[in-house]
Amino acid sequence: MQKIYAKPESLNKVSSPYCPGCLHGVAQKLMAQALDSLGLREKSIIVMGVGCVSLGRTYFNMDMVPAAHGRAPAVATGVKRIRPDRFVFTYQGDGDLAAIGTSEIIHCANRGENITTLFINNATYGMTGGQMAPTTLVGQTSTTTPAGRDPKTTGYPLKMAEIIATLEAPAYVARFALNSPANILKAAKGIETAFRMQVENKGFSFVELLSNCPTNWHMKPLDALATIEKNMIPYYPLGEFKVRK
Amino acid sequence: MGKQFIKGCEAIAEAAIRAGCTFYAGYPITPQNEIPEYMSARMPDLGRTFIQGESEIASISMLYGASAVGARVMTSSSGPGMALKAEGISYLASADLPAVIVNVSRSGPGMGKISPAQTDYWFSVKASGHGGYKTMVFAPANVQEAVNLTYEAFDYADRDRNPVIVLADGIIGAMMESVSLPEFKTVFPDKSGWVADGCEAREPRIIKNSAVDNETWEKYKISRAGMYESWRKNDVRVEEYLVEDAEFILTGYGTCARIAKTAVRELRAEGMKVGLIRPITLQPFPYESYRRLDPARVRAILDVEMSIPVQMIEDVQLGVCNKIPVFPLGRDGGFTPLHQDIITEMKRISAGQGGE
Ligand SMILES: Cc1ncc(C[n+]2csc(CCOP(=O)(O)OP(=O)(O)O)c2C)c(N)n1
Ligand code: SF4
Repeated sequence: MQKIYAKPESLNKVSSPYCPGCLHGVAQKLMAQALDSLGLREKSIIVMGVGCVSLGRTYFNMDMVPAAHGRAPAVATGVKRIRPDRFVFTYQGDGDLAAIGTSEIIHCANRGENITTLFINNATYGMTGGQMAPTTLVGQTSTTTPAGRDPKTTGYPLKMAEIIATLEAPAYVARFALNSPANILKAAKGIETAFRMQVENKGFSFVELLSNCPTNWHMKPLDALATIEKNMIPYYPLGEFKVRK
Repeated sequence: MGKQFIKGCEAIAEAAIRAGCTFYAGYPITPQNEIPEYMSARMPDLGRTFIQGESEIASISMLYGASAVGARVMTSSSGPGMALKAEGISYLASADLPAVIVNVSRSGPGMGKISPAQTDYWFSVKASGHGGYKTMVFAPANVQEAVNLTYEAFDYADRDRNPVIVLADGIIGAMMESVSLPEFKTVFPDKSGWVADGCEAREPRIIKNSAVDNETWEKYKISRAGMYESWRKNDVRVEEYLVEDAEFILTGYGTCARIAKTAVRELRAEGMKVGLIRPITLQPFPYESYRRLDPARVRAILDVEMSIPVQMIEDVQLGVCNKIPVFPLGRDGGFTPLHQDIITEMKRISAGQGGE
C-alpha cells in the first residue's frame, strides 16, 4: 500500500494538548512539515515562548530552549550567534510577542538576526484565561474588557507584521490565516519561504498566523473559524509585506 | 607573565576573556561602562560575540540562549540594571545554565547615585531574582582579586551549572592597579551531555526551566538545596587577619575590608588587639569564622560597609548567634568610610560607647 499521509517526523507521536478546534495544532503541523521538507529537524533549536504555545513542549521532536515570557527573540539571538550553523526559530503568542516582548522582537528583527519567528495571533491571552491581548480587536470582549475593547483607554490592536515590515533588516515578513484549507496552504508555503530565508543566510524572517481560541472566545470551533474570516482578516490584511530577493 | 597597570573594569573584562568567555551581552550603565566597551573592542577580534543588548532584560536573555548551546557567557551591570536582570538570573538558575554576572555596584535604591557603594548585598546574596534559589557571590577587595575571582567564576558556574555573581563595588571597578593576568584557558568542561544544540545522532533535549509534575519539581529543588549546602562545606572563602588573639573584630567586604585592614594595623600599633574577618564569598557566607570567635575574649565586632543601613551585618549576627555585640559603621551616598573613622569608632566601642 502506498503511504499518502504521515505525521511529520518533527512532531512526536503524542496526543494534542490543545483544546478542541484550537489552531495552535495546525500551526505546529505546518512548521513541522516545513522542517521535514527542508531536512532541518536535527539541526533545529526551537525557542519556545510562554502561553499556549508552550503546551507544545512535548510535541516537538527536536531540541528546545524554553524562554521567559516575551524573551524568545533575545534567547534565540544568543543561540544563533553561538551556533550560526543551526536552524533557530521562535514560536510565540500575541501576549508574549506583542506586549511583554515587544522590545525583544523589534530589536531582534532590527538587528537582522538570522532566525525565524512564528507568531500566533489569536487576539487573546489563551493560557491565562482570555484577557485582553495587544491584538484584541476593537469591541471584542475579554475577561479584562468585559464591555468590549475600547480604544479610548486601550488603544488599537497592534499590527505586528506591518510594524516589523517597516524595518530595514528583516528579509521576510508575512501574515497568513489558518481558518480555511486555502489559507492553510498559503501559510504552509509562507512558512517554508521564511525558513528558506534563514537557511540561505538572508536574515530575519517573520510569519504572523491569524489563529483562534475557541475556549476563551466562547465559540464553537466552526464559529471561531468564521470569526477569523469576518472580524480578523479585514483588520489584519493577509499577504507578504517584505520579501528579500 | 609580567604585571599590567590596568583599571578594575577592564581587568575584569580581560579576565573573562582569558577564562574563555565567548559571549558577552550588556547594556550601558555607570560605573561599569568600561566592561562592555572593552568587550566590544576585544571580542570580535578573537572571533567571539559582543552584543549591546537593547536592555538588561534582553542581554541576560541572550546569555540564557548562548549558555543553552554551551558558550561561556558573561554580562555586567549595576543596581538598576541588575534589577532588570533579576528575571533572567532566576531563569538561568531554574534551567541549570551557567553564567557569570558582574555587578559593579552603586548606591540605591532606585536610580540612586552612580557613585561607588555596597547597597546590593541583600539583592545579590538573598534574592537576585524570584523563586528561592542561590548563586555563589564573590566579593573582590582589589583589582587582582577581581581578576582572579572573575576568572574562577566561570569554572564554578560550569561545575554547578548555575549562575555566579561577582559583586565588585564601583571603587574596584574604577581603580587602577598593577595586576598579573592569568593565562588563556585552553581546557574546558565537556557540555555535550546536556546542551540543546541540535539533536543530530541523539535524542532531542529540552532545556528544563519548569516541570510538569510536582514530584519532579520538588526532587529538583531538593537536589539544588543539597548543592547550596555543599558550598557551605567546601567553597567558603574568607580572609582572617590577626584574629587569633583579637579582642575586637573589624569586618567588611570589598573596598571596606581593605580600608578596615589599614585600621587594624594602626590600632595594633597603638596596642589594641584588633583583627579582621573579610568574607570573600558572600554566598556561601563564612558563618564559621564568626561562630568560632570566643565570646569570653572578643568583646565586640564592628561591621563596616558603604551602605546605610548596613546589610551584611545580619549574616554576621547570625554567625555569632548574639553572643558578641555587632556594631554598624555605614557610609553611603558615595562616601567611603575612612580608616580614621573606623579607628575612632573602634575606640568608642572599646570605651563602652559603641552604637551611641
Ligand atoms: C513575566 C510573566 N508575566 C506573566 C506571565 C503569565 N502568563 C503566562 S501565559 C500568558 C499569556 C500568553 O498569551 P499569548 O502570548 O497570547 O499566548 P496564548 O496563550 O494565547 O497562545 C501570561 C500573561 C508569565 N508567565 N510571566
Ligand atoms: S486556551 Fe485557546 S489558545 Fe489555548 S489551547 Fe485552548 S483554544 Fe487554544
